[in-house]
Amino acid sequence: MRDVAIIGIGCTNFGELWDRSFRDLFVEAGVIAIEDAGIQGEEIDSMYVGNMSGGRFVEQEHIGSLIADYAGLASNLHVPATRVEAACASGGLALRQAILSVASGHDNIVVAAGAEKMTDVGMDTATDALAAAADREWEGIMGATFPGLYAMIAKLHMHTYGTTSEQLAAASVKNHHNGTMNPIAQFKNEISIDTVLNSNMVADPLHMFDCSPISDGASAVVVAAADIAKKYTDTPVYVKATTQASGTISLHDRADITTLDATVAAGQRAYKMARMTPDDIDMVEVHDCFSIAEICAIEDLGFFRKGDGGRATEAGDTAIGGRIPVNTSGGLKACGHPVGATGIKQAVEITQQLRGTAGKRQVDGAEVGMTHNVGGSGGTAVVHILSRNR
Amino acid sequence: MTVARFWRKIPNRYNLIGTHCTTCGEHYFPPRQMCPTCRRDGKMEDHKFEGKGKVVTYTVIHTAAKGYEMQTPYNLAIIKLDEGPSLTGQVVCDQNEMEIGMRVRSVFRKLGEESEKGMIYYGTKFIPE
Ligand SMILES: [Zn+2]
Repeated sequence: MRDVAIIGIGCTNFGELWDRSFRDLFVEAGVIAIEDAGIQGEEIDSMYVGNMSGGRFVEQEHIGSLIADYAGLASNLHVPATRVEAACASGGLALRQAILSVASGHDNIVVAAGAEKMTDVGMDTATDALAAAADREWEGIMGATFPGLYAMIAKLHMHTYGTTSEQLAAASVKNHHNGTMNPIAQFKNEISIDTVLNSNMVADPLHMFDCSPISDGASAVVVAAADIAKKYTDTPVYVKATTQASGTISLHDRADITTLDATVAAGQRAYKMARMTPDDIDMVEVHDCFSIAEICAIEDLGFFRKGDGGRATEAGDTAIGGRIPVNTSGGLKACGHPVGATGIKQAVEITQQLRGTAGKRQVDGAEVGMTHNVGGSGGTAVVHILSRNR
Repeated sequence: MTVARFWRKIPNRYNLIGTHCTTCGEHYFPPRQMCPTCRRDGKMEDHKFEGKGKVVTYTVIHTAAKGYEMQTPYNLAIIKLDEGPSLTGQVVCDQNEMEIGMRVRSVFRKLGEESEKGMIYYGTKFIPE
């Protein structure tokens, strides 16, 4: 397998973008990434497009072709474009497919993009579409919602490890703080522990401010064979690991409800592939669709002992400047969670950190970063390790 | 959910019928065609569960799933049946009674409905034992 590098990144603003269409967002992110990489359309060998539910959110399928067409790559160049779906991990998985196609030697330059347009439908429909990432026949029909599933994880985490609502809230407070420094973030306001605890209860013990928002947005990265990367950029970011793991789609079939074993497996495979340990990682973008998801992720990825995630978050260990900065972008909570775009946005953030261009969010001495993207309540996990050094 | 999609699992939903692998002895609910442990070596047969178990974890849902708006707040739990498998279901009781580890048993109840003219879903809920 060949070494692969990220040579271009692009992201739209995340938020309620009512004046923008699904295809507008995709093309905007793609163009930013392509210009950042300094490549021409003729140089793009293929595209992978992450999207969870165009069919439900904008009543559009056949997303690969749509995007290739509106990116100006279909009518003359006929660039192959493949849609990838794994619920909220669709973006991360599209990036992984792009990396694999370059690593295999089949392609030299590939664009991975992700997008979701979630606010064209009402909140009810959006919530119902998201619930399709869980088991419709044996969870959804019982009245399970997505926040409800994560609430059950939170309840057991609190019961088993003494995690408190304040500790959960601390993750949201930190992520909002980081979001204030990110120009593309959906929310750029500080919140307090009390803001979280006084917000509406969605599913006990998760309040509204424990939950990531409904968002529109797109993100894209250009990956290339490492041997040609320097031709395009002085600061290529090298892919040290790309891994994916499956877990049971239903939460009730998980051996330990508080552990996303797909995350554990994808994480362990990534450390092995990169020949690294959690100590080698300078910052990580984890999948914090809910505050408890961030707590579980930092434990399941080996940054903290099982059960210590809440206390560590409260103590500031995951803040910028802390032991392991987590979600410097603002995470899904504050940056926004247009589901298909999230996994790619994580790679955009880590790339900025490794290039040293993350502005006020910059982590000092950033050499190696990780992304962690989850589909559903843990049915899929995708992990990437990125580095400044080849 | 379409009528056919609901209808074909009615025996399982109404009577808590799952599967039992006679090769390794594991029980499964929801029913599975293939044993995750033995895979193609597993011999699967139907198994009717007693319907008794304990709450592994739970939540009280305030923002409902589509079609469940009239029921809020409702208690949703993961219940470990005495025969081994766990499933997701509602527990009908005061939310203050809910507790991790509490014993529950299954009852036949209306789960929800699609709309005024749509399908009504029946199935299993749980009550404190
Ligand atoms: Zn078996």
